[in-house]
Amino acid sequence: MPEILERNIHSHSLLHASAPVHLPDRVEPKRLHTEEMVLNIGPQHPSTHGVLRLEVVLDGEVVVDVIPHIGYLHRCFEKHAENLTYPQVLPYVDRMDYIAAMSGEHGYVTAVERLLYIEVPEKVEYIRVLFAELQRIASHLIAIGTFGMDSGAFTPFLYCFRDRETILEMFEKTCGARFLYNYMWVGGLSHDLHPDVLPMCRDFLKKSRATHQEINDLLTFNHIFVERTAGIGVLDREVAINGGASGPMLRSCGVKWDIRKDDPYSIYDRFEWEVAIGSSDRGEPGDSFNRHWVRMQEWEQSLNIIEQILEQFPRQDATDVQSAIPKRLKPPEGEIYSRTETPRGELGYYIVSNGDVKPWRVKVRSPAFSNLSLLPLLSRGYLVADLIVILGSIDIVLGEVDR
Amino acid sequence: MTAIYQALYEFISRFFSPSIITLVVTTLVYAAIPLVFILVYGLVAILGEMKISAWLQDRLGPMRTGPKGILQPIADILKLLQKEDTTPRAADRPLYRLAPWVAFIGSYAAFAALPFSVAYIGARLNTGIFYILSMGSLVVVSILLAGWGSDNKYSMIGAMRSVAQIISYEIPVALAVITVVVIAGSMDLQTITDLQAGGINNWFLLGGPKHLEGFGGSTNFVLVPVMLVAFAIYFIGSLAETNRVPFDVPEAESELVAGYHTEYSGMKFALFFLSEYASMFAVGSVASILFLGGWQSPLGDTMNGPAMGFLWFILKGLSFVFAQIWIRWTLPRFRVDQVMRICWKVLIPFGLTAVAAASVIAVAIQ
Repeated sequence: MPEILERNIHSHSLLHASAPVHLPDRVEPKRLHTEEMVLNIGPQHPSTHGVLRLEVVLDGEVVVDVIPHIGYLHRCFEKHAENLTYPQVLPYVDRMDYIAAMSGEHGYVTAVERLLYIEVPEKVEYIRVLFAELQRIASHLIAIGTFGMDSGAFTPFLYCFRDRETILEMFEKTCGARFLYNYMWVGGLSHDLHPDVLPMCRDFLKKSRATHQEINDLLTFNHIFVERTAGIGVLDREVAINGGASGPMLRSCGVKWDIRKDDPYSIYDRFEWEVAIGSSDRGEPGDSFNRHWVRMQEWEQSLNIIEQILEQFPRQDATDVQSAIPKRLKPPEGEIYSRTETPRGELGYYIVSNGDVKPWRVKVRSPAFSNLSLLPLLSRGYLVADLIVILGSIDIVLGEVDR
Repeated sequence: MTAIYQALYEFISRFFSPSIITLVVTTLVYAAIPLVFILVYGLVAILGEMKISAWLQDRLGPMRTGPKGILQPIADILKLLQKEDTTPRAADRPLYRLAPWVAFIGSYAAFAALPFSVAYIGARLNTGIFYILSMGSLVVVSILLAGWGSDNKYSMIGAMRSVAQIISYEIPVALAVITVVVIAGSMDLQTITDLQAGGINNWFLLGGPKHLEGFGGSTNFVLVPVMLVAFAIYFIGSLAETNRVPFDVPEAESELVAGYHTEYSGMKFALFFLSEYASMFAVGSVASILFLGGWQSPLGDTMNGPAMGFLWFILKGLSFVFAQIWIRWTLPRFRVDQVMRICWKVLIPFGLTAVAAASVIAVAIQ
């Protein structure tokens, strides 16, 4: 008897090879029994988006339970931060949410600036919001592309990367880095905006709107894609709020909650745009399709914000972007909780200062971690294929989950 | 015996004296013709897959190996040959080793009954299409062997999905084939091709032969909707048969890593790969024989003949391969229960209707 068979039916005494069983002349056929199987998905698996391990209990192909095991990318961010000065923490912030490093930096510098009570020049704020919104598009492009890949469509992924490339080029021209920027400094920026960036942005607006339409035609409204994602992994509105979901995950349930609108920071109050929420046009609010759909709409809204930035941008302003950077960065004793809206949701920094050049404590409230914690709840009772789709729709970044 | 076989026999008889040895050698050489074709076609198809996917995705594809990267498949095969051939410790060794060969034999055997040209058909069977369908099912046996033998849960799930899939798609495919067989009155692929002589107008997709007495002649156009439905069913079913997107659930990369061939490396993996590509051509050429005239020229007597017929046959088969590649890089994947729902609730009712309609029409117009 093959080993695997022996192991799978070990509890069946008649077939257990090691137990000497006296078989009667006529064996009454016992009912074949089934049992649950534990499938280990990850940490090395094409669809775990990094090093996440999912311990999945399966009944056939039906997911009975999912236990996410995290920590494979844990780098002790919070402990490191205690031993570094405020500006030195910034490169570590980049490496948390590495898909949207600009957004993470924006959150961190906003928190420290609030702790220090510094005002930054208007031009700096415009550049920051411009880059944060470009980064949001770049991050959503990855989310949309990989989500398509999780559902089996490979080509939209590369169309998304083509657009993302233009964004990274703008970042590269300005600060030299394509991925981990260390660009937004407390009180200013590391470099002034490169003169090519604004014309490039104008081109990008046109190109990106065309790509948006293309992705909609190819993926979002594809019948197979809608069949695969609509009504899969439905997140209840109450559960989403109580479970600490944020970002597209929360908005897809129909909750109009965006920190850029509801607790404005930087200069977000100067722009006209809509908070995208899930609808029941296709699927139902809170399902995988709507999480994708909210990202598609946010892509469009970010383009609208960028368009307004291009109109309002103080081109004549010759302020040095480093003029407001404090010479000696030593916040007064106190604490601050500051939150910003990153592509994945509410990124909060709780910083405690004891009046030293190093923070006493930096606690991060990471949106991907809270969103991932809802995965077991969402995927019970669905098939393995749905589990992968649900995981893809949550859009996690393991660097931020593990920190 | 075809002319090619005769020529081969006479050539080989110069080297071997007893006629029985000549017969055996000739048969082996004759049987190896499809094998050579599969190997050459495999190289072309692998390059095609890489280049077509690249063009669809705004990329260049391989560009470094040879001019415009055309030697890339050879480099890939050399790489596969050098790779360590691993076997999991807990694998069921005989089954694990047997599986890739069963897969390849299944695909290769199907080529025996394909009429490449008026002059070449491996074995002219009076149940040709039936034989090809059953050889196609052999591939699923190998998938089950691979899934079970690998002792890997991903492989096992992939194999189980594959078996569920074969039960679902074989019936609509068979129904689509029966629709043509009812009209043609034969399961012999060479006869079916012969009937469609005289250009595109006589192809079964457009209602079948209109020049033959006893086939209804010009009234055959009433068959067009039936044949279109049968063709659509066959094409969708053939995508499922070759495990291609959107029905690639047995090897769904994002879910099951590589499905049933997760544990295979080196030449064993290459055999699975080659078998998949060979099946792609086989189902495509069956579609072209049943609906698009096989080796018949679309222009009637112009550009027809044994050699041109071979070219037409290859061209039609490759256009189906192209369509499969095109679809693969465009569409997302169905879920396993959706595949079954489509097969049982959509394709089978339509297939039964097509068979019934074709039968009624066949009786009425003859």
